[in-house]
Amino acid sequence: MSETSAAAMPTPAPDEGDGARAATGATIRLENLTKRYPGSSEPAVDSVNMEINAGELVVFVGPSGCGKSTTLKMINRLIEPSGGRIRIGGEDVTHMDPVKLRRKIGYAIQSSGLFPHMTVAQNIGLVPKMVGWSKARTAERVEEMLDLVGLDPGEFHGRYPRQLSGGQQQRVGVARALAADPPVLLMDEPFGAVDPITRDHLQDELIRLQHELHKTIVFVTHDFDEAIKLGDRIAVLRERSHIAQFDTPEAILTNPADDFVSGFVGAGAALKRLNLTRVRDVEITDYPTVTVDDPLQEIFNRVRASGTNEILLLDRRGRPYKWLRRGDLMRARGSLARAGTLVNDTVTRDATLRDALEAVLTDNAGRVVVTGRRGEYTGVVDMETLMNSVHELLEADRLEAMENQHELEEARGEQTRQAQEGVGGAAGGAGGGGEERA
Amino acid sequence: MNFWDYLGSRHQQLLADAYQHASAVFQCMVVATLLGVLIGVVTYRSDWAGNLATTATATLLTIPSLAMIGLLIPVVGLGVPPTVIALVLYGLLPIVRNAIVGLRGVDPALVDAATGIGMSRLARLARVELPLAWPPILTGIRVSTQMLMGIAAIAAYASGPGLGNEIFRGIASLGSRNALNQVLSGTLGIIILALLFDAAYVVVGRLTIPRGIRV
Repeated sequence: MSETSAAAMPTPAPDEGDGARAATGATIRLENLTKRYPGSSEPAVDSVNMEINAGELVVFVGPSGCGKSTTLKMINRLIEPSGGRIRIGGEDVTHMDPVKLRRKIGYAIQSSGLFPHMTVAQNIGLVPKMVGWSKARTAERVEEMLDLVGLDPGEFHGRYPRQLSGGQQQRVGVARALAADPPVLLMDEPFGAVDPITRDHLQDELIRLQHELHKTIVFVTHDFDEAIKLGDRIAVLRERSHIAQFDTPEAILTNPADDFVSGFVGAGAALKRLNLTRVRDVEITDYPTVTVDDPLQEIFNRVRASGTNEILLLDRRGRPYKWLRRGDLMRARGSLARAGTLVNDTVTRDATLRDALEAVLTDNAGRVVVTGRRGEYTGVVDMETLMNSVHELLEADRLEAMENQHELEEARGEQTRQAQEGVGGAAGGAGGGGEERA
Repeated sequence: MNFWDYLGSRHQQLLADAYQHASAVFQCMVVATLLGVLIGVVTYRSDWAGNLATTATATLLTIPSLAMIGLLIPVVGLGVPPTVIALVLYGLLPIVRNAIVGLRGVDPALVDAATGIGMSRLARLARVELPLAWPPILTGIRVSTQMLMGIAAIAAYASGPGLGNEIFRGIASLGSRNALNQVLSGTLGIIILALLFDAAYVVVGRLTIPRGIRV
C-alpha cells in the first residue's frame, strides 16, 4: 500500500488546477492532528485542523513549548501523530512508509544540520542519490542548487561545512532540502542561529526563492517579525498548538483575534505594518527635473514654470544628483558646481514603507527620492503622501479583517450548531478513517 | 654473549616470533573491532543496555590475564584457541566503550536531519552515525591494540604463539647466560611492534577519517 501511495505523491491532486507544474507545491491538510506523549495527561498537540494551499508559505509562530515544532515534525512524521490525518496533495500520508514520505518533503533545520564529514556537494546530492537519480543528473543538480541559493558552485562545491560561515551553511541546508525538487518544504527555525544581519539576508533570499519556485512551505519560528516578513499566512499558535489566529500578516496586525495574539504582535503594530508594503505600491509623486546638461537658462525657466520651490537635478545617467532651490539658482551665477544640496539618501521601489519613512524622517526637507533598478530617478515620496497611503492601507486592512472575522464567526457558529445537533459528525469522521484503511 | 651477539645469532627465531605476535594481535583486533562495534551499535540507543555492555567488558578486563588463560585451558585446550579468546575479550572494552560514547555523541540535530531527509535507519547508521563516531572508535582500537600487545605475551603460558615465548624461556632459565637476553629481546620486540602498530594507526586515521571532521 505504501508503494502505491509513494508513487502517487509527486503529482498534486487533479483538483488543484496546477497539475502541469508538478513540483511547485502541494496542498497540505491537517485533520484533527493530535500528539499525546505517554505519561502526560494533556496532549502536546491537540486536534489541529489546518489547510495550507499549494504554493503558500505558512508560518507557525508561537511561544516556545507551544507545540509548533511538534506539529511541523508530524507533517513528515519525524514525530508519529497519535491521532488525526495528514493529507499532502490530496494523498493521505498518515500511514505510508515514512522514509519514502520524507524523501518527497524538503526539511531544513536550525544550525543547518549539514553532515560535517561530507562536502557541500555530497550533502546536497544526498536526497537525489537516495531517490535514484543518475550520477550525472545529481552532479548537475548540485551545481544548479548552489547557484540557486547564491553560492558559487566552483568555489563551494568541494568545501566542508566547517569551512563555511553560518549563513553559508544555512544556504547549503536549504539547497539540500530543495535538491530532489520536493513539492513541500518544512523549515524548523532555520534562521534561528545566525546573526541578525545574515538572518535578514537569508529571509530576503527565501522570499526570492519562493517567488521562483512556488513550493508549499511550512516555516516555524518564535520571532513574530520574521513571521510577518515571510508569511503569506501566519498561524499564531498557543499552548498545545491551538490556533489562536490563522490569517494574512496584514489581518493579524490590524485585527488581532484576541489578547493572546495582540500580546504576541507586541507594540508598534502600525509600524510593523509598514514593513509589508513596498514603495512601488504607494503613490509616488512626480517632481520637476532637469539634467546637468541642460543650459542654465532653461533650468531657470523650468523652476519658474513648475510653480514649486525646488527642482531635482539629475546626472547624465538620469540618477538624482542635487536638489536646487530658487535661491540656490539666484546665487549660482552661471555655474551649478556649488549650488544646491546633494541628494544623499534614496530608496528603491522595492524598499519597504518603513525604510521610506526612515529616510523621510531624517531628510531635512521631509522627502526622499525613489530610484529604479539602476539608480535612475522614478519619483519622490514625501511625508504627506506617505501618511495618506498608510491611512488608506490601514483602513483597507481593517475592512478586510472585519469581513474575515465575520465569515469566521459564521463558520464557527455553523460548527457549533453541527456539534450540538449530535455526535453524528464526529463519529462519522472517525468511521470514515477506519473504512479507508480497511 | 652480549645482547647484540644474541640478536645476531637468534634473529631468525626472533623475527618468526615477532611476526606471529603481530599476526595474532592483528587478527584478534579485527575480530574484537567487529564484535565491539556491533555491540556498540546494538546497545547505544538504550541506557541500560549500553551501560550493561560497558560494565560487562570492564569486568572482563579486571580478570588477571594469567588467570584468564589458565581458566580457558581446561575448556578449549592449549595453543591458539585460548590466546585468541583471551585477546578478543580483553580487546573489547575500549572499543565497546568508545563506540557507545561516539555513537551517543553524534549531534541529535544531525540524526534528526538524517531522518528528516529520508534516510532509513540502516543508511543513517552507515552514512552518518558511524562515520561521525569513527574517530573515537579508532582511538579505542588503538588503546586496545597497545593493551593486547602486552597481554599477548602471556599467551606463551598456554603454548600460544609470539614473543612471549622468549620472555617465558628467559624467566624459566634465570641465572643462565642467555636468560636476560631472552627476556630483553622479547620485551623490546613487543615495544617495537607496539610503536609500529601505533604509527600504522596514525596512517589509518589519516586515510579513513573524512577531512571535514579531522582535528
